Amino acid sequence: MKNMTEINAAGLENRDRRHFLKSSALLTGVLTATSVLGLLAPSLSWALPLQHLDQADADAVLALAKTLYPHKDLPDAVYALVVKELDVYAGDAEGRNFVTKGVAALNAKASGHFSKVSRAGQRRAVATLIDDGFVQKVRSTCVTGLYNNDMAFAHFGYEGEAFSKGGYVHRGFNDLSWLPAPPSEASPALKS
Amino acid sequence: MVQFAKDDDTVVVIVGSGAGGGTLANELCQKGVNVVLLEAGKRQSSATFINDEWPSFKQLAWLDTRTTSGSWRIARDFPNLPSWICKTVGGTTTHWAGASLRFHDYEFKTRTTYGGIKGANVMDWPLSLDELEPYYARAEDKMGVTRTNDIPGLPGNNNFKIMYSGATKVGYKTCHTGRMAINSRPRAGRGRCLQLGFCFQGCKSGAKWSTLYTEIPAAEATGKLELRTEAHVARIEHDAAGKANAVVYFDADGKEQRQKARVVCVAGNSIETPRLLLMSASAKYPDGLANSSGQVGRNYMRHTTGSVYAYFRDPVHFYRGTVMAGVITDEVPNNPKRGFVGGYEFETISLGLPFYAAFLDPGAWGSKFATFMDHYKSTAGMWIVGEDLAQKSNRITLNSMVKDQYGLPVPNVHYDDHPNDVAMREHAYKQGEAIYRAVGALDVIRTPPYPSTHNLGTCRMSEKASDGVCNKHGQTHDIPNLFISDGSQFTSGGAANPTLTIVSLAIRQAEYIAEQLAARSL
Ligand SMILES: Cc1cc2nc3c(=O)[nH]c(=O)nc-3n(C[C@H](O)[C@H](O)[C@H](O)COP(=O)(O)OP(=O)(O)OC[C@H]3O[C@@H](n4cnc5c(N)ncnc54)[C@H](O)[C@@H]3O)c2cc1C
Ligand code: SF4
Repeated sequence: MKNMTEINAAGLENRDRRHFLKSSALLTGVLTATSVLGLLAPSLSWALPLQHLDQADADAVLALAKTLYPHKDLPDAVYALVVKELDVYAGDAEGRNFVTKGVAALNAKASGHFSKVSRAGQRRAVATLIDDGFVQKVRSTCVTGLYNNDMAFAHFGYEGEAFSKGGYVHRGFNDLSWLPAPPSEASPALKS
Repeated sequence: MVQFAKDDDTVVVIVGSGAGGGTLANELCQKGVNVVLLEAGKRQSSATFINDEWPSFKQLAWLDTRTTSGSWRIARDFPNLPSWICKTVGGTTTHWAGASLRFHDYEFKTRTTYGGIKGANVMDWPLSLDELEPYYARAEDKMGVTRTNDIPGLPGNNNFKIMYSGATKVGYKTCHTGRMAINSRPRAGRGRCLQLGFCFQGCKSGAKWSTLYTEIPAAEATGKLELRTEAHVARIEHDAAGKANAVVYFDADGKEQRQKARVVCVAGNSIETPRLLLMSASAKYPDGLANSSGQVGRNYMRHTTGSVYAYFRDPVHFYRGTVMAGVITDEVPNNPKRGFVGGYEFETISLGLPFYAAFLDPGAWGSKFATFMDHYKSTAGMWIVGEDLAQKSNRITLNSMVKDQYGLPVPNVHYDDHPNDVAMREHAYKQGEAIYRAVGALDVIRTPPYPSTHNLGTCRMSEKASDGVCNKHGQTHDIPNLFISDGSQFTSGGAANPTLTIVSLAIRQAEYIAEQLAARSL
């Protein structure tokens, strides 16, 4: 899994400490052993070192992504990909400033650190700031970043690339069995 | 490969290699006519197509800036991407799903059938189904459309099983796996469908018809076609008498080139085609070429669309297999008792996870959206394709405030839904929801239209020169050697996906052009 390796490039088992010392912030987590990702990932614990965002801002972006797209059991490792993109965005002074200001506005609305207030408080803050440029930036990053990676494919049950596997012609394109099969006039049998 | 001189003024120049242009090129070459085919995009192949939605989109889609205005939701959701069209050899037949339905006879006579409708600019075609029928038959044979020419239907996938059961439960009678330009068994040197589920990304098995690997190589084999890729046409020129005589384009290096021509055929899809005519304005034609009626760019149609997605308790894996795996056509016939004129069909649709997230409910956030994503695996989907009505004010204009990479004004696409479109969409959403509820949907969602995949009507056919841009052969009323060869010709949109009709018109147009050339009247 490509993205998992990315995040685990500095996996807790064999992390390069000097690399960590240079980082501006660190996101870490542990996958549930029985989850889809837990079963697939090379290691259960993961860590993502950041280069530009400070810890408070990184935590806020993570919390914002989770508030915008509150999935039942999507591991933080996937949300962390959004933080990573924002970290790249914050690579110059303008981008850095944009994120800092955006987080400050969220904190102000939430009357506290956005990442630490209650879920309901987070939702309220986001609802009032939904048209804000920063919130929209994180939202659109979520739409393309959260659902377009191998971890998300595995988690949500999308099988992705199919040609190298011969398509689905022999891999279940019509394996649904909880409804009656349509008659052959409507849906003819597979031809060879 | 044959090459024609830039000053060879005996060639037919075609702009665009998609459904219209690619077919026309082959048909003309088969009749011995020399053709220069100018295509803005690059040439890909089944081998280079990518089974990954965003990278494929970047490889094939038309991404030059466009702008939008009007009250349609696209202007809010995708202000710079009003349409989903390709820029590549084969045009949008690389991305298309293959649904190939004929128009009904009354759909060529909408003014007569529907009567005058306030706010709409509805008109009969100068062409009847009877006249087009032989060409429909040839197009179906060429494209290998299932359920025609003794070609069996495709096997339905899981998404279709749900559609079928639901449709039957709500009382619909005509639901099957469609008429698809996708091989259900090997045909015409191409293999059968592998049920890859990436029909929108270019068919890697070649089972789906595309001019890229059917018409264009067949034309090349005649020795009569020169295809120039990365040739972006900027304007069409004319002689003192007003006849088209050359096409000016930017080549791959951005250098301006001029190809002389005996006949010019424009098939750039319904946004670029009128844009090109408008950009070709001259002292003689100050409002653009072939625009004495003022109708160039007007009457833009995009079908009344929308999608219904639903999730169920048990798995579906709707992304497996053909994207448009089946249709319901019960709502196609015109029945004004429903509160609108015209009709619509349902077709299954599936999107991979990345596109599903992007298009499900653009701009949405929060738990409803997340819950739908959570149930991706047990989701089914269908797309609504209904007739929208021509309106004068729905139009393509040049936006001189915004320039493209060549310094040319970008097209602005203006669209307002007509009340008839709104009523039809509402009816279709309700029916679609009922279909899924009938088979146990846990929740359903109404997805708004995607960037327009069907773009029609902007250089429409008309009996009278004052009502439209071209005649029933696609020949412009004003300039006899200038032809419109794509969906821009459509006088009305019908409740049918347009490509089969575009291809049929191209076959017919090729016959006409070849006859006229032989008779020296062009
Ligand atoms: C995702 C998707 C699914 C679809 N599914 C179906 C379906 O199931 N059934 C159906 O009937 N239709 C379907 N369609 C629509 C179908 O693809 C179009 O109707 C059809 O391809 C239009 O043909 P065309 O010749 O008008 O334009 P296109 O096929 O778009 O070809 C136009 C070509 O002109 C080129 N061009 C434009 N301007 C210039 C210029 N200035 N210079 C040089 N070249 C230029 C473009 O690069 C392009 O290659 C679908 C479309 C999409 C996007
Ligand atoms: S499902 Fe069939 S038609 Fe679609 S891309 Fe795959 S092989 Fe081609």
